[in-house]
Amino acid sequence: MRHELPQPPEAASNVWHPATTESRTARFILVGVALVFLGLFLLLPLIAVFFEAFRKGPAAYFAAFADHDALAAIRLTLLVAAIAVPLNLVFGVVAAWTIAKFEFKGKAFLTTLIDLPFSVSPVISGLVYVLLFSTHSALGPWLKSQGIEILFAVPGIVLATVFVTFPFVARELIPLMQEQGTTDEEAALSLGANGWQTFWHVTLPNIKWGLLYGVLLCNARAMGEFGAVSVVSGHIRGLTNTMPLQVEILYNEFNTVAAFAVASLLALLALVTLVLKTLLELRYGAELAANGGH
Amino acid sequence: MDVRVSGVRKEFDRFPALHDVSLDINSGELIALLGPSGSGKTTLLRLIAGLETPTEGKVFFGDEDASLKSVQERNVGFVFQHYALFRHMTVIDNVGFGLKVRPSASRPSNEEIRRRSSELLDFVQLGGLEKRYPAQLSGGQRQRVALARAMAIEPRVLLLDEPFGALDAKVRKELRRWLREIHDKTMHTTVFVTHDQDEALELADRVVVMSQGKIEQIGTPDQVYDTPNSPFVYGFIGESSSLTVRIDNGEVWLADRTLGLKSDAPDGNATLYFRPHDVELIDGCGGCIAGTVIASRRVGATRRVELEIGGAAERVEIEIPADHPAREKSRIAFRPKHWRVFPQA
Repeated sequence: MRHELPQPPEAASNVWHPATTESRTARFILVGVALVFLGLFLLLPLIAVFFEAFRKGPAAYFAAFADHDALAAIRLTLLVAAIAVPLNLVFGVVAAWTIAKFEFKGKAFLTTLIDLPFSVSPVISGLVYVLLFSTHSALGPWLKSQGIEILFAVPGIVLATVFVTFPFVARELIPLMQEQGTTDEEAALSLGANGWQTFWHVTLPNIKWGLLYGVLLCNARAMGEFGAVSVVSGHIRGLTNTMPLQVEILYNEFNTVAAFAVASLLALLALVTLVLKTLLELRYGAELAANGGH
Repeated sequence: MDVRVSGVRKEFDRFPALHDVSLDINSGELIALLGPSGSGKTTLLRLIAGLETPTEGKVFFGDEDASLKSVQERNVGFVFQHYALFRHMTVIDNVGFGLKVRPSASRPSNEEIRRRSSELLDFVQLGGLEKRYPAQLSGGQRQRVALARAMAIEPRVLLLDEPFGALDAKVRKELRRWLREIHDKTMHTTVFVTHDQDEALELADRVVVMSQGKIEQIGTPDQVYDTPNSPFVYGFIGESSSLTVRIDNGEVWLADRTLGLKSDAPDGNATLYFRPHDVELIDGCGGCIAGTVIASRRVGATRRVELEIGGAAERVEIEIPADHPAREKSRIAFRPKHWRVFPQA
């Protein structure tokens, strides 16, 4: 036999809801607006990229990658990212460490300076290097006499990419390291650890998720950068064209399928970045939460 | 290990945090640095540890000048206020960290590190929690892990910064007693910082009372409580009452009456300090302090009354037996049993 539990009055449960929860209609409208916006501005263009790429079938799509210039562009992009991302990883950690853990004059200035690449148009970033290294500049003739090519060559593209992607790692780490303070490091030192051991066993594990996140974003941007690279590259086919530049060239030549095929790779990169980030959060969610996350 | 702090001064950006502090700590002693916030007690502790360098002066461990050594070389066990446990390491890895980072010549084997860490965890009564992460422990347990981690390196001195500051009142009392037991077993020379006088008086062999970057008094709990040597110590430790008095020819005067108390303080205005509970009530008044009761409160086993002395000029608090028939507006006369007079600046 079952005991009848007293039921709360039904009307009450329909009318009453917590102060922080909106009514059903309001929730529906808000969620709807967000979804429609995301669909129109993010999802639709993404689908369009793949749709255009496969418009003439898979054969045409894959043929685009058999092209010598396209392959060269992919190789160059990977090379540039492989140089720029590790460099910015090191610079970013050093800059964040300096700003978060030390007090010194000009700290506020340095913090602002780190944001410069974000606040300045990428085209300007590229132009800076042109002004610095072109044949008309102070450095140009000397570089030429030494046989060093920077502009319209790989070094220039790497420099521009490093400049543009510098803030990602540093900006991700600075607030994290500031919040964590220096007591963990002091504890390690007092237990006899040297500077390197302290960094490797204590500081790095404390910032690893933030660091990984920063590196992912940095990598995505390094591969996708257009403006700054476009200015310094010189657009030499098969030599100084990165993937984004290759896309532009193909598109301007009305080679739509090939253009979108290469673009689809960049879009895939973005998706992979997102999936990786989500996976990391799922896999290490508990630990992230235990660490206070970031 | 004896620790000697000799003439240490510390400035932060030309803001002085410690002025010429000297302190001798005997081997095996349990010392409390007691003071309000901003008194420099934590700075002194960090100077002993080597986490700060003195602007002037030296720190000796035994006969050896430790001021020239880095924090790693000093081999001190430091327990931080918020423990600073390594979040991504298990409890046992936290405890073994100090052994693991030793140079290979003096590093014990992995099994040895594991064995010693787990012995220490048993010692601090945390056996069985080896695999936990710090986030999965209570505040009191984290405190014990931090202590075990500091003891694992066989430190010459154990330094604790507000060891009970982040704990609730009940756990705090338990841990206080427990820390005393640990100290009695290991006999580590131990210095801890606290702003809680009960903690300092109950736990320490000697208490160092600090204020505004200076040491006010060093002594056993009895000494600093019974014979405070400055107005600050009187006010900071225990309850105290004070009255403005005048010294004339070695006699203490309150307004136009002598109190029948002798003092060797110089002639002139002075302040009389005494403990509210350390007074005797007397009838009639030939040389006493008399006042009108303006408030009376029952506090535990005694009654605390506020007296207006000399026509509302000053107010003092004294404690009287709970059954004393003191009413508001009635007059009470008393004389402090123990007291001290400090000249007014």
